[in-house]
Amino acid sequence: MAETKVPDNLRYTEEHEYVMETDSEGEVIVGITDFAQNELSDIVFVELPDVGASFSRMESFGTIEAVKAVSDLYIPLSGKVIGVNDSLEEEPSLINTDPYGDGWMVRLSIKDPSELNQLLGPDEYTSLIAED
Amino acid sequence: MAGELTRTPIHAEHVKLEGRLVPFAGFEMPVQYSGIPAEHRAVRERAGLFDISHMGEFRVEGPGAEAFVNVVVTNDVTKLELGQAQYTMMCGSDGGIIDDLLVYRFRDWYRLVVNAANIEKDLAWVRSCLERHGGGGVEVSDESAEVGLLALQGPDAEAILAPLADVELPGVGYYRFAEGRVADLPAVVSRTGYTGEDGFELYCDAGDAAGIWRALIESGAGSGLEPAGLGARDTLRLEMGYALYGNDIDESTTPLEARLGWTVKLDKDDFVGREALQRQRDGGVERRLCGFILKERGFPRAGYPVKCDGLDAGTVRSGTVGPTVGRGIGTAYLPSGSSEPGTALSILIRGKEVPAEVVRMPFYEGGSLKR
Repeated sequence: MAETKVPDNLRYTEEHEYVMETDSEGEVIVGITDFAQNELSDIVFVELPDVGASFSRMESFGTIEAVKAVSDLYIPLSGKVIGVNDSLEEEPSLINTDPYGDGWMVRLSIKDPSELNQLLGPDEYTSLIAED
Repeated sequence: MAGELTRTPIHAEHVKLEGRLVPFAGFEMPVQYSGIPAEHRAVRERAGLFDISHMGEFRVEGPGAEAFVNVVVTNDVTKLELGQAQYTMMCGSDGGIIDDLLVYRFRDWYRLVVNAANIEKDLAWVRSCLERHGGGGVEVSDESAEVGLLALQGPDAEAILAPLADVELPGVGYYRFAEGRVADLPAVVSRTGYTGEDGFELYCDAGDAAGIWRALIESGAGSGLEPAGLGARDTLRLEMGYALYGNDIDESTTPLEARLGWTVKLDKDDFVGREALQRQRDGGVERRLCGFILKERGFPRAGYPVKCDGLDAGTVRSGTVGPTVGRGIGTAYLPSGSSEPGTALSILIRGKEVPAEVVRMPFYEGGSLKR
């Protein structure tokens, strides 16, 4: 099986979401990791929140439905949704093929930058998935 | 289930093909290789090869074999010609389904092909029937471990099998079989399946199964043949509305409720469950297994609650998003008055009522299966 990608420039949750910082201060992109998409395989659709919705850290912000199972999605950081990847509606398999690129889920304006420190770094996340 | 998982004779091939192996009915089975929708489409459009060696095979022989099998199953095996197979139920005396199975008529014996999860239960049941009804001279043996079973399914199945088989395939009709050789190894070539596509099920010695598997994979590669797992087997059969034991049917359901009344021949000689089934036919069934489609996006899964006219109407028995039909589809037992196509339902998907409608099965009608 192809090696699981854990990019160095991202941060992670124990629930297999990633956080990608953007050029805009306080704005991040959230999706699920390569490990998660591979475990789920065959994603059929995703339910994502509307732009404007606010969440507290680790609150469920949607669900991801794969042929095998349905999973909740957890928001890695408190904040407000300022963008949603609409192309996932038509083509949810983008999460399988490009989880860190075209398969991104929401863009978030974060409330409390100090929460970033509570996320896992690439090394920690790599050891976490090695245990699974 | 406790204890070690049994491996089929194809196990090493699954590992080589990077199949995702999961426990199923006490066996270690591939649920998928490249992915369920891709394998599903390969079977609908070209061909797929399944290892179904986990299924059980019993041999019934002896002078009273025909009469005995006919007592155990609901269909009429006396109608079988040599080289013919039949789908049937095996019921308890209350009419509940012990298993659904295929009966093959060979020259001087019968083969019963049963579900993997039921092998031990069925063997005990058939033997208890033998004590009660066997006229002597009937022998029942469990050949499950000695028999390998592959399913080659899809519109291109015949073209892929033909160069490897010494059997005249066009002469083997639906639910007919021939004994011959495949890849120069002895095999029973049966035009049967569980996908709604044309295709074959190949019974062989367990020791020869991997050889036949490899020959088919190699010979079919140019035609787009793909190995297919239990995941695609399930989505393919559900699009056809074929019942799955443990989901759609079990000991608490009867063939009449499950719309499998066509496998029950009440006018043949007495058989186990006849009285109860006759009573149910005379009195009318109170519930029926129905197919439904979701009218909105959603993935109905087994166990989700079903509502009809605001009232509880049981749970989803089988459910999926059909890769070919592209919709949420499933089955449920509904009160007979609410079982007509067009009846509005709702399926409770994680707290949300998703509207659905009763439809006639199969969900998919474009298959290459020639009856």
